[in-house]
Amino acid sequence: MQAFTDLFVSLDSTTATNAKVAALRHYLEQAPAGDAAWAIYIVSGRRAKRLAGRPLLKDALQTLTGYPEWMVLDAYATVGDFAETASLLTEEVRATDARGDQHSLAYWMEQEILPLADLDEEAKKQKLMDWWQRLPQLSAFLVTKLITGGLRVGVSQTLVARAVAELADLPRDVITHRLMGEWQPGAGWFAELIDPDITADLSSRPYPFYLASPLEHEPAELGAREQWLAEWKWDGIRAQLVKRGGEISLWSRGEELMTERFPEVIAAAASLDDCVLDGELLAWKDQVLPFAELQRRIGRKTVGKKLLADVPVRLLVYDCLEHAGSDLRSQPMQARRDTAEQLTDGADERIGTSPLLTAQSWEALAEAREGSRERGVEGLMLKAADSPYLTGRKKGAWWKWKVEPLTVDAVMIYAQAGSGRRATLFTDYTFAVWTEQDGERSLVPIAKAYSGLTDAEINKLNRWIRANTIERFGPVRSVSAEQVFELAFEGINASTRHKSGVALRFPRIARWRTDMQPEDANTLGQVQDLLQLYGNT
Amino acid sequence: MPLVELTDKGLYCPAGDFYVDPWRPVPRAVITHGHADHARPGSGLYFAEASGIPILRQRLGADLKAHPLAYGESLALGRARVSLHPAGHILGSAQVRIEVDGEVWVITGDFKRDEDPTCAAFEPVTCDTLITEATFALPIYRWPDIDVVAADIFRWWQANAEQGRASVLFCYALGKAQRVLAALMTHTQQRVLLHGAAVPLTNIYRKAGVAMLPTEPALEAEVEKKFAGELIIAPPGANGTAWMKRFGDCGTGFCSGWMLLRGNRRRRGYDRGFVMSDHADWPALIQTIEESQARQVLATHGRSDILVRYLTERGMRAAELRTEFGDEDLAAEA
Repeated sequence: MQAFTDLFVSLDSTTATNAKVAALRHYLEQAPAGDAAWAIYIVSGRRAKRLAGRPLLKDALQTLTGYPEWMVLDAYATVGDFAETASLLTEEVRATDARGDQHSLAYWMEQEILPLADLDEEAKKQKLMDWWQRLPQLSAFLVTKLITGGLRVGVSQTLVARAVAELADLPRDVITHRLMGEWQPGAGWFAELIDPDITADLSSRPYPFYLASPLEHEPAELGAREQWLAEWKWDGIRAQLVKRGGEISLWSRGEELMTERFPEVIAAAASLDDCVLDGELLAWKDQVLPFAELQRRIGRKTVGKKLLADVPVRLLVYDCLEHAGSDLRSQPMQARRDTAEQLTDGADERIGTSPLLTAQSWEALAEAREGSRERGVEGLMLKAADSPYLTGRKKGAWWKWKVEPLTVDAVMIYAQAGSGRRATLFTDYTFAVWTEQDGERSLVPIAKAYSGLTDAEINKLNRWIRANTIERFGPVRSVSAEQVFELAFEGINASTRHKSGVALRFPRIARWRTDMQPEDANTLGQVQDLLQLYGNT
Repeated sequence: MPLVELTDKGLYCPAGDFYVDPWRPVPRAVITHGHADHARPGSGLYFAEASGIPILRQRLGADLKAHPLAYGESLALGRARVSLHPAGHILGSAQVRIEVDGEVWVITGDFKRDEDPTCAAFEPVTCDTLITEATFALPIYRWPDIDVVAADIFRWWQANAEQGRASVLFCYALGKAQRVLAALMTHTQQRVLLHGAAVPLTNIYRKAGVAMLPTEPALEAEVEKKFAGELIIAPPGANGTAWMKRFGDCGTGFCSGWMLLRGNRRRRGYDRGFVMSDHADWPALIQTIEESQARQVLATHGRSDILVRYLTERGMRAAELRTEFGDEDLAAEA
């Protein structure tokens, strides 16, 4: 555990990518294969099931320290991370001889942490209290983090792949590919990961996804219109459908296996040749349904008959990465697209291709784009016809050209501290619009937003919040209704869960309207007009 | 009637007709220490501990009218007897003891109880009412040993030096910078470079007889390319300014109590955060309140809400005083 704690400190105490890669590589070189496997699992953000809930941790913490609940909660609100709070509050009961633990990371994961799942709550609590007293503060923090979920140390999958690739002296995309999908950490797995034989079986794995970048200039600057393919930008779930040797699997961009969640798509793929298709899962009944509908299917491991009938899902394919065992990624976009069309031609209606827009000029495309919101899409995708399939966020081949967001001017009424690195700043805000009843004007919450301000604005707003707090409710403060913000959002839906009756999609702060008085903010009536125009009916 | 009341100009003692650390100009001000939120310009006469007076003159003006007091020396102001006692915060920092008709109030100002060779060590003072700071009043705050932190800083500096890089350590120019210079003496005798803002204050400390590593203004020093291997101490405000460009690819560190929390370390964007505070941590606050034997505790700034609730639940009389001293915001001097 001590070696892993040291690795954590190295990763956590630098923002330089090269230093992180070096630290990781150094650890992987020294560590036994089992530890190396677990370290990769942990730092790349994978997580075991949560093994102890917040109430249990809180209970153990109160029992051990004797501090009242409100104090533990206030400490948590200040720290922004429960595991860290626990490791700090237990410092006073920590054994003075608490020092580096002799057991390996694999021992901790396999013999101590994961077996917690089989213990009852009381036994878990005893374990926690024992560890908090026995382990030095940083190790206590790490162990608690691993019990409660993941550990973020600012290490991306790409960075892990770089370190492993350097270590194994293999191409990075081979490692990236091997790291994708589901795997069980262990010494054997690590040996396979760095196995120099790269023809090894990669049967069900998807390819690393290529991600589009937002278009920040005029499309005409991209060159001639005919060098680009234009499609609608769908608002669904990005997915790769992998069919090899007749075996079908469906993967999300987050590398989650979704095969069981979308049985209609899997069934439709039965008639296809072996291939890997890249596309978008969408809720679809004659036309695309709002994302809110698709959301009902997300997170369900199994789907009932009713839900299948209410929210049928369709895969709209826009790329073909592999056909009959050959990797097509170096072929031009246009060729891959043609292959995708041939493959899906005549397939079940649950798999189709995302149509190309035929508009001949950039101007005509821009005009078509104006109709995006009515169509239930987010704008256009522009793809270079001659480009290979790249990986990650490399800019240049795929651009998303979204429509301008909707906006509303709303008044800030609550502020809450963020978590993690933003725990000491108020960064989560609740906004409200005016509503009128019996001649009384009052504010009704419409959205929460976390982003969109610069650091300087956040600092300024924090000073204002501290000086204009009306009441504190734990980490939340109500503030005087004075500050107006322009909120941008991507869509609007009716909602029974919100007092306002509407839910905004992806709300964020567009501008701090210091030029506006609170009474100039929008009314709920005006927001409801937007719902009529663009909402899901 | 309370011995000290909160007015729009600051903490006021009616019996002695003076203010303690006022935030507006007043005729008579008793000053706990020279940090900007406690010592403000414009008052008629400043009472302060003798070693703190040069700091006030440096910051508020050379012509400042001052009345120096020794620690423990008693002064009659109106019906009040006033004396200053070591607070352990920075050079010349004091707690203010006020006695009127046998009743005693103590204002701690900012204080700490950790080891610090750059100033007189904190002395507990018994009283009826204690007005205490509460910057770090949460039990998560427990400071590591200063020797451990100094060793960390030294290792970081050496590791950067091995890579041919400079190390820029950000810390408050008054108090923290000098404490770092003193603490590093167990590891080296090497000369350290200072940002201009820290130079006059470090000179004041030297004149007061505080032992520290030798220093030199960064801009006057003859150095190797890009200050390779040098340690430079600078106020946090210098980060991100053009002044930093001369150091090229350097390591950056920040010394503050706030660096105890990982979220703060990450948000601040320094390579390293070193936990070093000139304020009392939670155990020191509680110990001080107990040793004061006060019947009433008034808490100012920081997490006074926590401290008051905690003490109240333990059956003590406690309340918040809404002063304008450093907010819970990440004040640089903490």
